[in-house]
Formats: sequence, structure tokens, C-alpha cells
Amino acid sequence: MTKSQLIERIAEKAEGLTKRQTELVVETIFESMKEALARGERVEIRGFGNFSLRSRRARRARNPKTGEPVDVPPKKVPYFKVGKELREMLNRDL
Amino acid sequence: MTKADIVDRLCERVGLPKNEATEIVELLFRTLKNVLSEGESVKITGFGTFLVRKKGTRKGRNPQTGEEIQIKQRRVVTFKPSQQFKALVEKA
Repeated sequence: MTKSQLIERIAEKAEGLTKRQTELVVETIFESMKEALARGERVEIRGFGNFSLRSRRARRARNPKTGEPVDVPPKKVPYFKVGKELREMLNRDL
Repeated sequence: MTKADIVDRLCERVGLPKNEATEIVELLFRTLKNVLSEGESVKITGFGTFLVRKKGTRKGRNPQTGEEIQIKQRRVVTFKPSQQFKALVEKA
């Protein structure tokens, strides 16, 4: 499923919101979550899961084209941990 | 940040009344959970992809007793952040 299909599905059920408005709302939700992570905050959605940042150490990698070594600085990456309710829902019919 | 904070953000930026904002935030996450639990992956452009993957049956061991146990097949969700999301938090 893509974002636009998700928006359509939500717009069908959201009373009083047009598809255009639903689109704006969905974009704003994901945007505000990204901003929170960029500030170094965690995002906790009960039943769905938590988003946090994990640290990656600096490492020496290689340019795959030239074979030349390059230094990759330490960085943070987004991490998602699935919530209990979603985990149980996934395995209900297995 | 919790769902309540996302609701506040929606009220500020989109001008939705609080009850409507709450409803749509709930609706979004409920829909995501339903789609994923049907085994379907969801790709949110600019944010990332929630992938549903199947793990096969495997043998495990109870770490406390050392007893061998069967771990049943199950489904797991992994999140692959978009390039844009990764670039945004890299230096956070």
C-alpha cells in the first residue's frame, strides 16, 4: 500500500474531511513525527510502536567505484520498535 | 512525543478542532495496524516503508533452563526509513 492509497482509505472513513484535507492531515502527522526525531525526541505511539534514534559509529568504508577508502562520520539513524498490540495482531491468524 | 502531541500539532497547523484531530490520528494508526496485520507492507513516501516479513519455524532454547523449544512461524514488521528521513536525523 502506498501513501496515496492510505490517504484514500482514511478519507473514506473520516467524516467531514475531503480527500484534499485528509492528505494535508496525513502529511502533517508524518512531518511532525520526523521533526520530533530530528530534535532527538522519541515518538511513542501506544499499541503501534516507538520511533527512536540509534547511534552508528564512525567507520572507514570504500567508494565502490574507485575502491578508495572514505571516512564515514558517526551518525544517528531512525529505529522503529513494533508495539505489543500490533505484534499480536500480526500473528493472530497464523 | 506521544499521540497527544501529534494532535496538538495538527490543531496548530491545520486548524482542526481537537476532537476531530484526535479522531483522525487514531484512524491513521488503526488503519496502518489493520493493513499491516493483513500482511501488506505500507510505503509512506518521504517517511519510510513498513515491511511485513515472515519468519519461519525455528528451534530455540530457553536461556534459563537450557531446554530446547520450537519457535513457531511468525510475522514481524520492520521499518526502513526513507533517504530523506535518514538525512534529516543524521546529525541530531
